[in-house]
Amino acid sequence: MEPKVLTGEHFINGDEACAEGAIAAGCTFFGAYPITPATEVAERMAERLPDQGGTFIQMEDEIAAITSILGAAWTGAKSMTATSGPGFSLMMETVGLAVVTETPCVVVNVQRGGPSTGLPTMGAQGDMMQARWGSHGDYEIIAIAPSSPQEMFDLTIEAFNLSEKYRVPVFIMSDEVVGHMSEKVVIPKASKIKTVSRPRPSGRKDRFKPYQPGPNGVPPMATIGEGYNVHVTGLTHDEQGYPVMSVDTQKEMMTRLIGKIRNNLDDIIRTESYLLDDADIVIVSYGVSARTSYTAVEQLRGMGIRAGLFRLITVWPFPEKQIRELATRVKGFVTVEINMGQICREVERCAGSKVPSYLVGHTGGTVITPDAVIQLIKEVF
Amino acid sequence: MAIAKRQPKSTSAPLSPDPKHPLEDLIRMERIPHIWCPGCGVGTVFSACLSAIQQTGIDYRKFSMVSGIGCSGRGAGYVRLDSFHTTHGRAIPFATGIKMADPSLNVIVFSGDGDLFAIGGNHFIHAARRNMDITVICVNNFIYGMTGGQVAATTPHMAKSSTTPFGNPDSPFNLPLLAIASGATYVARWTMIHSRDLTLAFEEAIGHRGFSFIEVLSPCPINYTRRNKIKTMDMVRQFHNNTIIKNHANPSELDIDFQKGVVLGKFMDIDKPTPDEILAKLRNQ
Amino acid sequence: MKYWREPLDTGEIDVVRGKVYIIKDRCKGCGYCIEFCPREVLAFSKEFNKKGYHPPMLVKSDGCLNCHYCELLCPEFAIYTVADEGEAGPNPVASATENQKSRLKA
Ligand SMILES: Cc1ncc(C[n+]2csc(CCOP(=O)(O)OP(=O)(O)O)c2C)c(N)n1
Ligand code: SF4
Ligand code: SF4
Ligand code: SF4
Repeated sequence: MEPKVLTGEHFINGDEACAEGAIAAGCTFFGAYPITPATEVAERMAERLPDQGGTFIQMEDEIAAITSILGAAWTGAKSMTATSGPGFSLMMETVGLAVVTETPCVVVNVQRGGPSTGLPTMGAQGDMMQARWGSHGDYEIIAIAPSSPQEMFDLTIEAFNLSEKYRVPVFIMSDEVVGHMSEKVVIPKASKIKTVSRPRPSGRKDRFKPYQPGPNGVPPMATIGEGYNVHVTGLTHDEQGYPVMSVDTQKEMMTRLIGKIRNNLDDIIRTESYLLDDADIVIVSYGVSARTSYTAVEQLRGMGIRAGLFRLITVWPFPEKQIRELATRVKGFVTVEINMGQICREVERCAGSKVPSYLVGHTGGTVITPDAVIQLIKEVF
Repeated sequence: MAIAKRQPKSTSAPLSPDPKHPLEDLIRMERIPHIWCPGCGVGTVFSACLSAIQQTGIDYRKFSMVSGIGCSGRGAGYVRLDSFHTTHGRAIPFATGIKMADPSLNVIVFSGDGDLFAIGGNHFIHAARRNMDITVICVNNFIYGMTGGQVAATTPHMAKSSTTPFGNPDSPFNLPLLAIASGATYVARWTMIHSRDLTLAFEEAIGHRGFSFIEVLSPCPINYTRRNKIKTMDMVRQFHNNTIIKNHANPSELDIDFQKGVVLGKFMDIDKPTPDEILAKLRNQ
Repeated sequence: MKYWREPLDTGEIDVVRGKVYIIKDRCKGCGYCIEFCPREVLAFSKEFNKKGYHPPMLVKSDGCLNCHYCELLCPEFAIYTVADEGEAGPNPVASATENQKSRLKA
């Protein structure tokens, strides 16, 4: 069934645009648990999904919400949940299950000030490292950071496509400001929207190995009821999907799981450069803070300071190669983010010791002003 | 999709030189022997579950089994169906996702008492409240088996476990009472030794539209009976000798006390619309 | 015969002879089949299987009435019975359980 998209121009907030993006991507299952500032995503999906032949269910907590979307994914559905910090914390064990069972799913985190209950109605970007490392063990995921309601729409489609292509959970790391900001959102015709679906098995069902990788390291995914009789477990497993408690099996499985992201970085990573060609100073930013940074660059240029913006659309996997390349030709990096230095550490790591790296950040609750960025740059460069 | 009826298994099969156990078509034989200890009741309960699946005559492709974590939770790993071994306590929300996304499937949750009623207790009561159309089988062995015999939400008062070495100060759940209070529309309790009643109950539960729950009392020789100085065979005999079959018994009288006699039977079997049915109706409006 | 050895549904089964199959190497020696066989036709053998357990053996060659109780109880899928040649035995669950069915309907 082709998604019934609301083609046209809309004035909606980021959360609503995110829901519309999910519909456009072909999402038919949403497992919910209300939390400010992500609730509007769920409310919009509750309204929109039945008409798509889809299913919305409000579960009893976020653990149940994310677990339900994994179950749904194995019936062939594209599935999603949305939350904020406290719920994101509860979801973490299941994120690991999604990674290791290679279950495609999209998790939206409309970030608010933390830790704990923190600042429910006020924005922050403090969950970036949690998105990367929040579940136990070593693994790779994909996380993207929209900067506007339009991107909440576009990048939600992108998130589903990546999740399906690589059979990996994809996080949309939004924030309260982008989630609640209303702007013009253009929704194209359904026929103009590119959607991707997971690789599917063919051939003899009795010989099917659910975890035998395809060409890009991603195994085809069977659907419940097709007769493949797959066994899916969070235990370390072989290509048949059967648990094997051995160092070798762990190594083989983990190498592939990590490899399917690390070996496809050029396909996955999206960034945006603004006035970087002749830049001395690179501002690295993402999400709502990239908007601030954009204004700062414009103003700095007006002052004759050669600043440029490197915007992370994909935050995880981190665009290491690009930062390393920039480090060979610029004077320094300034990372702008609403936390006390999370992505800044990554920039610093990739920039190396020769190029200085600074943070413009704070503990959350409001956006960073262009003035704060300009002030730091004037001070240190 | 039309459901192809399977022939009920033939019991007068010709005796081939190497005949097969009648459940082999539903077992991942390449994974046998299973991990369950000698005398562990999980295998018997699992076997009854497979017999029931066979007896329904429903196409095997229309089944899915979901387990949490624990010895009982290994069930999903041995059944030759699309099967899911999830995280500790979360089998029910996983099953809920499957059922709501594809209501044509028969979803069976096979797990332990710790998994379903301690860490997963919240999911249980909510799935029961919703009358989610899934079948939940709980192997109640009164203990956390897999982790080595710690106290469970079902361990009898003053019984010994590795974390209650002086006796369990708490009282166990009355699981059928909990299920009924939460809204389950099919509730039964049997023991592993009542394997025929059990198989029938499973079959009925699979056929039941709505949330069905069967508690199955079962011995854990390694981590429960031994520590409490009970001979496993004696416990199994108690399952037969000290139990009373009383359908529709008063749920508040279903506490487990082998001195008094443990009540078995079917305690609830009513019709109520399920969430997938209601949603389908709303979609058509 | 102790009363709990009475199969739960003796009344309804046509008495037929069963042939007992024991897959010795699967057995873990729990003894449930031996203990609960209503006809006491099984006993532990002296031999050891691959796992080091004593699997059951048939001690009364024509005593089995094909009630399948051992088959249902065995946690290891190590024992099962089929109707002896020529005789159409009861289906282990479907036909042998009118008693239970009526009980459930009660
Ligand atoms: C989140 C989490 N906490 C703890 C554990 C450890 N753990 C594994 S199984 C188990 C208890 C299982 O008990 P039960 O469900 O009664 O199953 P049994 O082994 O007795 O069949 C625990 C606590 C875990 N796997 N995951
Ligand atoms: S520890 Fe107990 S529950 Fe687990 S397999 Fe052994 S006997 Fe069974
Ligand atoms: S079928 Fe099994 S339990 Fe029944 S009489 Fe024969 S050997 Fe005994
Ligand atoms: S019930 Fe099975 S495992 Fe137990 S003794 Fe008999 S054959 Fe062996």
